[in-house]
Amino acid sequence: MLRFEARPQASPFWGVASPILALLLTVLIGVSLFIALGKDPVRGLAVFFWEPIKNGYAWSELMVKATPLLVIALGLSVCFRSNVWNIGAEGQFVAGAMAAGGVALMAEPGGSRFVVVFILLAGVLGGAAWASITAWLRDRFHASEILVSLMLVYVATQLLNYLVYGPWKDPMGFNFPQTKTFESITQIPRLFDGSRVNVGLLLALAGVGGLWVYLFRTLGGFAQQVGGLAPAAARYAGFSSRKALWVALLTSGGAAGLAGALEVAGPIGQLTPFVPAGYGFAAIIVAFVGRLHPVGMVFSAILMSMFYIGGELAQSRLGLPKSITGVFQGLLLFTLLACDTLIAYRLKWVK
Amino acid sequence: MGTIQAAATGRVVASGMASRLQLRGVTKRYPGVVANNRVSLTVLPGEIHAVLGENGAGKSTLMKIIYGSVKPDEGEVLFNNREVHIRNPQEARALGISMVFQHFSLFEVLTVAENVWLGLSKTISLIEVTRQIQQTATAYGLDVDPARPVHTLSVGEMQRVEIIRALLTKPQLLILDEPTSVLTPQAVDKLFVVLRKLAAEGCSILYISHKLHEIRSLCTACTVLRGGQVTGVCNPQEESNASLSRLMIGAEPPVLNPRPYQPGEVVLKVDGLVLPKSDPFGTDLQGVSLQLRAGEVVGLAGVSGNGQAELLKALSGEDDRAPSGTIVLQVNVPGAATLVDMGGLNPQKRRRLGLHFVPEERLGRGAVPSLGLAHNLLLTRSEAVSAGMGWLNLGALQEQARGIIQRYNVKAAGPHAAAKSLSGGNLQKFLVGREIEAKPRVLIISQPTWGVDVGAAAQIRAQILALRDAGCAVLVVSEELEELFEMSDRLHVMAKGALSPSLLRAQATVERIGEWMSGLWGAEDGNVPHASEVTHAAV
Repeated sequence: MLRFEARPQASPFWGVASPILALLLTVLIGVSLFIALGKDPVRGLAVFFWEPIKNGYAWSELMVKATPLLVIALGLSVCFRSNVWNIGAEGQFVAGAMAAGGVALMAEPGGSRFVVVFILLAGVLGGAAWASITAWLRDRFHASEILVSLMLVYVATQLLNYLVYGPWKDPMGFNFPQTKTFESITQIPRLFDGSRVNVGLLLALAGVGGLWVYLFRTLGGFAQQVGGLAPAAARYAGFSSRKALWVALLTSGGAAGLAGALEVAGPIGQLTPFVPAGYGFAAIIVAFVGRLHPVGMVFSAILMSMFYIGGELAQSRLGLPKSITGVFQGLLLFTLLACDTLIAYRLKWVK
Repeated sequence: MGTIQAAATGRVVASGMASRLQLRGVTKRYPGVVANNRVSLTVLPGEIHAVLGENGAGKSTLMKIIYGSVKPDEGEVLFNNREVHIRNPQEARALGISMVFQHFSLFEVLTVAENVWLGLSKTISLIEVTRQIQQTATAYGLDVDPARPVHTLSVGEMQRVEIIRALLTKPQLLILDEPTSVLTPQAVDKLFVVLRKLAAEGCSILYISHKLHEIRSLCTACTVLRGGQVTGVCNPQEESNASLSRLMIGAEPPVLNPRPYQPGEVVLKVDGLVLPKSDPFGTDLQGVSLQLRAGEVVGLAGVSGNGQAELLKALSGEDDRAPSGTIVLQVNVPGAATLVDMGGLNPQKRRRLGLHFVPEERLGRGAVPSLGLAHNLLLTRSEAVSAGMGWLNLGALQEQARGIIQRYNVKAAGPHAAAKSLSGGNLQKFLVGREIEAKPRVLIISQPTWGVDVGAAAQIRAQILALRDAGCAVLVVSEELEELFEMSDRLHVMAKGALSPSLLRAQATVERIGEWMSGLWGAEDGNVPHASEVTHAAV
């Protein structure tokens, strides 16, 4: 009989190997899923793991989707490392998109390109403001940040619907629920001709570096994490738990809002009811698969982006429903949580 | 060290002679550690048998094996000369083995009788249980009212309930795990009377402890464990503390040199501190006044849960609700001493003014379990942090940790070893080193040697005294009276959220401190209440 036996110390090897094993298991379950659905598993796998990286254009599309995931996940990792469970990045993403969209709508054609800076700032402030509701309710009334942040996702979505069905609806838009297309000066500058990759990718990579320095080279980042690892030790040291709560939520809210601004002023170019694409939720998986480590999250963001693109392709190429993306994301998180058991336990054969 | 010195003590256990409990070659391995290595133990009927050993010597595992909650890998267990395989505590109780754990398992909202009833067959009525409790209580002098809700009982009374519960199963062997750690000295004496009476009636008692003087006064046989092995079997009444200590730790405890007491000026002053509890199970502080002078160690005695934890949090700043003016620290510039009100200051700010604290919970409060020792320095030290932006200098941090590891003789894999990978004693040495090297003006230390092996304890005590000699004011909170008498210049006792007047060590006796632990200190002139007034309340 196989038994779990507690390891005397957590295994560093499995800390790294667990996400890889989880990915392998996800692929394995995916293959059986394709077979069960009567699809060619080789083609199915190719759609998810080869098509998104087969040429330069595919890579650029991969980056377009990986960027918002990475930006949001970077913020969330600060939260999760400090034991603040912000599940509502999707709502903060939408709030950031609305704030950024509001600034973009005010731009006149032929104005300065500097408006992009204000659009991004508005996104950050919008997301942070939305997250501050959660922080305030938690700070003042001890309301669970998990429930509050999650419920605020739906509030933000309804607010977006109100705007695009109501005051911000494009008068020339044949009554479609959407704003007018933003002026071209509001477009986030692209990095290359012929690809939709924009400076957002550079911001995300700068964020990776910045977060690494903050977490591992500053007292502020250390204090933030002690609150998550051992709250009593943080109190003993005199690190404020209220400060940690606000820093965590404002950072992750700001990051999610930035991602929202990058999306609406980038690939989307207007506000529509389809702005919330689930990035805020997928980024939770990105954060954990990347072990809450800035560099690890780069890889997991790319992986999760593959699932997004693969899901879209599976729809057109294999005739599978789009929800296959969610299935793969869920499988990955599920197998990861299972594989993480091996960090603290080893398998032992008992007769 | 497996030699058994039974013959040398004159307590010959011949094979075939009737024994109550006999263990032969019992071995239990856990991943990475052998908890019990070929342990043999013989308990005679009506014998009070001590199992002596330091923390981690394997006492608890051995008791769990006897009580059926752990299965040995090798060896046999004989009960009344018959080999038994005890699979769970129910089977142990059916055989006639009962155990009183160090931590009580009583429901606070239920009455004494209801709690006892829970563990018994439901065919017996509550009235019958009540009658049995009264009967047992009278027979053994275990004074408890069956109708009282448990939350109104003192710790000593709760322990009596646990003992009564154990006795109702008519045990032939009663196991007591560190039973005196929560009792005042007077309550300990009452407990011993009960245990001797039980033994006289033929019930064998296994008494687990690391307190040498208790074992010497109570027990007639003793098995000493060290590192999972039996290092000796003896009659403790014929041994000295030194010889028992040699068996237990392989060395005699070092003696601290007495030093002259020359207190300096008052460094920390607590004046009428009243603080309502912040936790529903806490204790309100009721006008605590306390002064700490430079160059003295003040000991704070008391049964835990009488407000010590609350007072320490108020002093350290983890609880910063203390009204302004009630806690004042003297910040010294020679000739120009300034008084700083601690009200509202967080622990970080208090530390910067020279007030340092070592909490009793080392893992999770004094140190972050999963972080390395170097990073744990950052909780209270800031030498490796640049002023302003707060950049960490990891090289300097490691160097600092390595220095403490070396100077304080900490056994650790290095500055990166996770705090939780260290033994209790080694982690405590590191934490004490961390605070002492900050050159505090006031050091507050709670349970400095709790769960620490004897060698490390002696080192820690010596370092605290050296700090005092260097002019630091030290407040030591401890449940071990022996330790307080050894280290303190003055003693206070805490009971029910109030603080007794202070006593010079020369005036303090165990009896007097024990009475004060019940909250019965006399008027300011230090009159000790008459013993007969307090006996009923002393427990």
